[in-house]
Amino acid sequence: MNQIDSTRLQQGSGPLAGARLEDLIACPSCDALYLARMPAMGERAVCADCHEVLIAPRAKAGIRILMLTLAMLILVTAALFFPFLSISAAGLGNRASLLDVALSFQSSHMVALALMTAAMIVIVPLLRMLLIFYTLLPVVFDRQPFSQARRAFRWSNALKPWAMAEIFALGCAVALVKVADLAQIGFGPAFWMFSILVLIAILNDSYLCSWSVWKSLEKAPR
Amino acid sequence: MEIARKGPSLTARAAGLVACRTCARVWPAGTPRCGRCGAHLQSRDTASLQKVWAWWLAGVMAYIPANLYPMLVTDTLVEHHASTIVGGAVEIAHHGSYGIAAIILIASVLIPMGKFIAIAYLALSARHGSRVRPGRRHHLYEVVEFIGRWSMIDVFVVAILSALVQLSSVAQITPGPAALTFAASVIFTMLSAQSFDSRLIWDRDRADERRPST
Ligand SMILES: [Zn+2]
Ligand SMILES: [Zn+2]
Repeated sequence: MNQIDSTRLQQGSGPLAGARLEDLIACPSCDALYLARMPAMGERAVCADCHEVLIAPRAKAGIRILMLTLAMLILVTAALFFPFLSISAAGLGNRASLLDVALSFQSSHMVALALMTAAMIVIVPLLRMLLIFYTLLPVVFDRQPFSQARRAFRWSNALKPWAMAEIFALGCAVALVKVADLAQIGFGPAFWMFSILVLIAILNDSYLCSWSVWKSLEKAPR
Repeated sequence: MEIARKGPSLTARAAGLVACRTCARVWPAGTPRCGRCGAHLQSRDTASLQKVWAWWLAGVMAYIPANLYPMLVTDTLVEHHASTIVGGAVEIAHHGSYGIAAIILIASVLIPMGKFIAIAYLALSARHGSRVRPGRRHHLYEVVEFIGRWSMIDVFVVAILSALVQLSSVAQITPGPAALTFAASVIFTMLSAQSFDSRLIWDRDRADERRPST
């Protein structure tokens, strides 16, 4: 094992010899060590061993993410209150908003399931939007990052697998077919808002380069 | 673009460093916390496999009742009907919607089973080694991580239907107990996959690669 001093790799550790620690990047998935070099805008630096994307800067990413996140915040809030899906059969009808869907398990004493569904389709996505907004707002305008920015961005990354809006959107399509012979289903305005929201979320994630964000948070006060 | 590097890979650990899995910064080995993002640092998560197996077992245990009990209870004027996951998919196929039946079967049966097998294999091979190259095993891990969440689709379908189909006596849909255990199984399996330290896939092969040269 190579001897290491606290700030520099010493001679004899191959191509990385003499590199400062802050200039190195280690693949979080496989631990391979590289000299970090910022690729050109739109290019991606990929781990040679496991092909994990390490750095993927996009031009004007910060401001785009802020705008898209703001649009999503508005959409999700609006989508909560408008009717989401409607149903009619034999002269009877019912409408359900996103909140009704999220809380539908309540009626049958399945409160745990109700809370979980509400969390995965509304609360976690909403929380992630707020956290990203909080993290990036000062950075984009070249100000000092907020004091809790690191924690906020760490949480936003950790919550990512639990935000399941896109899975819920596909679930609507399945539900539609499942009751097709039982009743007529119609889409309310909230359904379309929600669909747009899912598309924006996917676009937004493609702009977010985690490494670039961490780099910009380095200036944050501790 | 790949980051260029010659020869066998140097890992952060082999260079006497510890890598932050949250922000990819490296620190001298033994540093407890990342100075950039504040995450807890560990060169390898030594308790990783134990956590993987604990969540894995919980996931399998919850998956069994999820298949035995009804997922969806439908009450119409003429009948009271409770259907299990597989039963529901078969009914949909009988109505001619083969595509949707396939989605449900893939999301609720094929993916969970495949995940159990894949995670078990990854955990076993991290400990005992495997002839399959680490690159391919890593790819399997990524697929498991990506696809696991999609099993939640059936739970969401039950939620949508229970909220919507409330037409007094004409038609009423309520969730069955399997909705809860199935959701639990998906969550436990996600936690199992997340507990796995994917760097363990690579260690054994890289050590073999380095040994002849030194
Ligand atoms: Zn890698
Ligand atoms: Zn870090």
